[in-house]
Amino acid sequence: MDYVPHTSEDRSEMLKTIGVSSIDELFSDVPSEVKLDRKLNLPPAMSEFELMKYMSELAGKNATTDCMVSFLGAGVYDHYVPSVVKHIISRSEFYTSYTPYQAEISQGMLQSIFEYQTLMCELTAMDISNASLYDGATGIAEAAMMSSRVTRRQEVIISRAVHPDYRRTLKTYAHNLELNVIEVPFEDGATDIEAIRDLISDKTACVILQSPNFFGCIENMALAAEVAHEKKALFVACVEPISLGILTPPGEYGADIAVGEGQGLGIPMGFGGPHLGFLTCRKEHMRQMPGRVAGETHDDEGRRGYLLTLQAREQHIRRDRATSNICSNQALCALAATVYLSWLGKQGVKEVAELCLEKAHYACERLSSLPGFERKYSAPFFNEFVMKTPVKPEEICEGLVKANILGGLPLGRFYSDLSDSMLMAVTEKRTKEEIDTLCRALEGLV
Amino acid sequence: MTMPLIFEKSKPGRKAYSLPELDVPKKGPDLLPDWARRKQPASLPEVSEVDLVRHYTELSRRNFGVDQGFYPLGSCTMKYNPKVNEDIAALSGFNSIHPYQPEELVQGALELMYEFGRDLCEISGMYEASLQPAAGAHGELTGLMLIRAYHESRGEGKQRTKVIVPDSAHGTNPASAAFCGYQVVEVKSNERGGVDLNSLREVVSRDVAALMLTNPNTLGLFDENVVEIAKIVHDAGGLLYYDGANMNAIVGIVRPGDMGFDVLHYNVHKTFSTPHGGGGPGCGAIAVKEILAPFLPVPVVEKQGDLYTLDYDRPQSIGSVKGFYGNFNVMVKGFAYIRSLGAEGLRKVAETAVLNANYIMRRLKEYYHLPYDRHCKHEFVIDASHQLKYGVHTNDIAKALLDLGFHAPTVYFPLIVREAMMIEPTETESKETLDAFIEAMIKIAELSKTSAEKLQTAPHNTVVGRLDDVTAARRPVLSWTPPEE
Amino acid sequence: MYPKDLKYSEQHEWVRVDGNKATIGITYFAQDQLGAIVGVGLPDEGATVEKGSELADLDSMKTADQIFAPISGKIVKVNTALENQPELLNDEPYGEGWVVVIEMSNVKEVDELMSVDEYEAHVAKEAGE
Repeated sequence: MDYVPHTSEDRSEMLKTIGVSSIDELFSDVPSEVKLDRKLNLPPAMSEFELMKYMSELAGKNATTDCMVSFLGAGVYDHYVPSVVKHIISRSEFYTSYTPYQAEISQGMLQSIFEYQTLMCELTAMDISNASLYDGATGIAEAAMMSSRVTRRQEVIISRAVHPDYRRTLKTYAHNLELNVIEVPFEDGATDIEAIRDLISDKTACVILQSPNFFGCIENMALAAEVAHEKKALFVACVEPISLGILTPPGEYGADIAVGEGQGLGIPMGFGGPHLGFLTCRKEHMRQMPGRVAGETHDDEGRRGYLLTLQAREQHIRRDRATSNICSNQALCALAATVYLSWLGKQGVKEVAELCLEKAHYACERLSSLPGFERKYSAPFFNEFVMKTPVKPEEICEGLVKANILGGLPLGRFYSDLSDSMLMAVTEKRTKEEIDTLCRALEGLV
Repeated sequence: MTMPLIFEKSKPGRKAYSLPELDVPKKGPDLLPDWARRKQPASLPEVSEVDLVRHYTELSRRNFGVDQGFYPLGSCTMKYNPKVNEDIAALSGFNSIHPYQPEELVQGALELMYEFGRDLCEISGMYEASLQPAAGAHGELTGLMLIRAYHESRGEGKQRTKVIVPDSAHGTNPASAAFCGYQVVEVKSNERGGVDLNSLREVVSRDVAALMLTNPNTLGLFDENVVEIAKIVHDAGGLLYYDGANMNAIVGIVRPGDMGFDVLHYNVHKTFSTPHGGGGPGCGAIAVKEILAPFLPVPVVEKQGDLYTLDYDRPQSIGSVKGFYGNFNVMVKGFAYIRSLGAEGLRKVAETAVLNANYIMRRLKEYYHLPYDRHCKHEFVIDASHQLKYGVHTNDIAKALLDLGFHAPTVYFPLIVREAMMIEPTETESKETLDAFIEAMIKIAELSKTSAEKLQTAPHNTVVGRLDDVTAARRPVLSWTPPEE
Repeated sequence: MYPKDLKYSEQHEWVRVDGNKATIGITYFAQDQLGAIVGVGLPDEGATVEKGSELADLDSMKTADQIFAPISGKIVKVNTALENQPELLNDEPYGEGWVVVIEMSNVKEVDELMSVDEYEAHVAKEAGE
């Protein structure tokens, strides 16, 4: 199968116009010693039906959360994605377009980005949003580099309670830029803020905390911000957008940059991507913000329109001095988030967050009542919590699979001293019955 | 008429959402301490579902995609995005899976990633792949990190501080190099549009970490000296980075690995037909020679017997460049594309893309200045110097094309050609489409002689005219604020 | 286009000397080459700069550029009005578009700068290239 429309007649007419006798002639400048003298070694081509069959078989080898009850979270959540989201992002006017360079015929995408930016500012209570980044992990790295540019300092303090993948990504980026990354320990599931006081100095560009953190605990962000600001460092808040339906937003506790993973906003878990990195900041740091941004303006006749703006920060103008090497954003994922947040509206975003909160606390209480199970930490939490288990959590999860349940995430592979614990997440999709079933299954396992 | 924003359609009390009833005993305020609770609700719009659908459907009508018409945006490979791949990627087995599910429960996903990685190695002549980078620029950065790790492992990390980039390179190349902590050294192009070998020899020394090259380059020209270029850089201990943005020109015909490159990134969203989504998500998978494999980001998908696993145990790995494993859903579409076309199909892609570009170039040569007159590959660059004498610039030509129902080419790039227009038709366009575009370009060339002013004020048939970009940048309005009461 | 009472640098900054203080801005030629300037990144008041070091960032619609310190010293005044009105750099490069005032640490550096005649020749040469 291919998608080439030419007939052999078309082909010979075109060759004649070009003035060559064969297509090979057009490749005569490729040195023969490096030309491939064989066919690529790939499986034979497939018809559309064969392709669908083969790919469906591959898909069928995965156990899905449509068939299993999932309590997995850790940065990726099993929220319900409403039908409108799928339908809107399936409009091919959107998904088959490129980055909106020609504003006059890209108003749809540009306006939706502008709406996305407004929604993210509202949700995080910050001034400025970019048009999105790759994901939460790269968002943290970008926020750290942005802080370094703003403060002209080379040291980053990050809590060990921030998602391990995010920290690994930050360190990978930081290594090349000689950014020094310092990790702060946690105590009872929450960052030891006094330890930040000991580590922070005039060299610190920013302090990065996540709330709810990797363990689901809500951090004392206001205090951490204060500690950061005492040394004129920026405070970077990594947040989960659905939680902001009921939790204090970064703008209210003094964050300079808010960043995070937006997968919860109408984007499928999809084995980890594509997701949505978001970044919002205070107005004074606007020109140091990485990534694309859409702005409002007018045409000659006074008609309101939108375009990509502040482009002098970007790689195609600034080249080796750009604020980031990022060229694309996650526009279609940002569109999904825009539609999802508009579907929820002012009331819905609060309600979905409350459902997560209530159900997670019910699950935590029920699980804690089982013999040998207890909640590991005492800090307040949103929809995720760490359970200490009487037998190895890996064994528990294996047993739960037989009951068609995806249990929590065993934490031993991330923190060696937490090999007796697992991280459980509960979204609005989980029912009381499912939680009760989980508890019964666990009783049978220990 | 001004198109309202979703916020301007909001009415208190209206709603689109429906959520399940709370079925556990409500605890309410006890669950959170007061300091953690949001006091002021986020002012999200309050609209009905039908309002919502009409709003975004209307916005979609104010947008232009490949499904609407010809999109000859150079360097972006705006080919047709097969519908079946969208349906495949929407399968529940690919969407409703959590990245932390036990490996035994995601064997299909891991098999797909493994096979896709193997295919990408075969197509590029490389040894091992990583699918983690989310986009081309991200792949570039990752590739350079590998190069840095390689030099560091040989004790030459401090010594090799420079990355060479041709003056015709994509802007992401120098930006990525700088973000990897390298100093960027530009090398000039020769009169045939390739790398000037003498200039290259002058800048290559023991302090060079790598050369980044696109071949064919951004002029759409294949650098015949690529073997010599590779030798010059390798002899000095440097490595070669291949920017895969232009792979569509050579897939199945010549492989970067065979040309001497050590690492490349793919733009899966260009070469392998996955839609661009208005600017993302993409997939910037990389593939490397054996010398760079130990440094690949973790995890790497491996096959042990019949079992596919995620290998995190790579002591020399650079770490991770993204959360989890990359943009999996985009990989699904790219893999489906490769497997549906097979080896012959992929070769036909390159052949036809090159045929189409040369056809347009030959036919436009009479009307537009062609700065490098030789066979091009999948794209070519013309400029507006013939039209400048009537006061018509490249931007005017681009805007006039919008009125005629076409997307504009890439404009003012590469930087080495003044008033550049970079045209990439791709292989999925028919001769009739190409002819219609050529006619439009000829018409614009004629109009520039007779009605320059009409072109200078184009577009005239779009929902907005040319926008005031200077004011937008000087007084940025980046979000909506409700009007003062 | 180039006031006679100013001194000029090769990188197209102008310097107005008043005792040991020097006001610095960009020339007509510089702003013309940049096109519409849309943003500036200004240094902190009180910072010290060496001749030739980076003084400020300029963003225009088509490029990004830097202003280099034409003389060494301590920055005693910064034209923060430029942050909200970067167009002053285009519209009044020698007036309201000034960038910083530097308290010079080495007044002799002034002698190394160009006179208006020398600068005009320099511009003519660059424009011809």
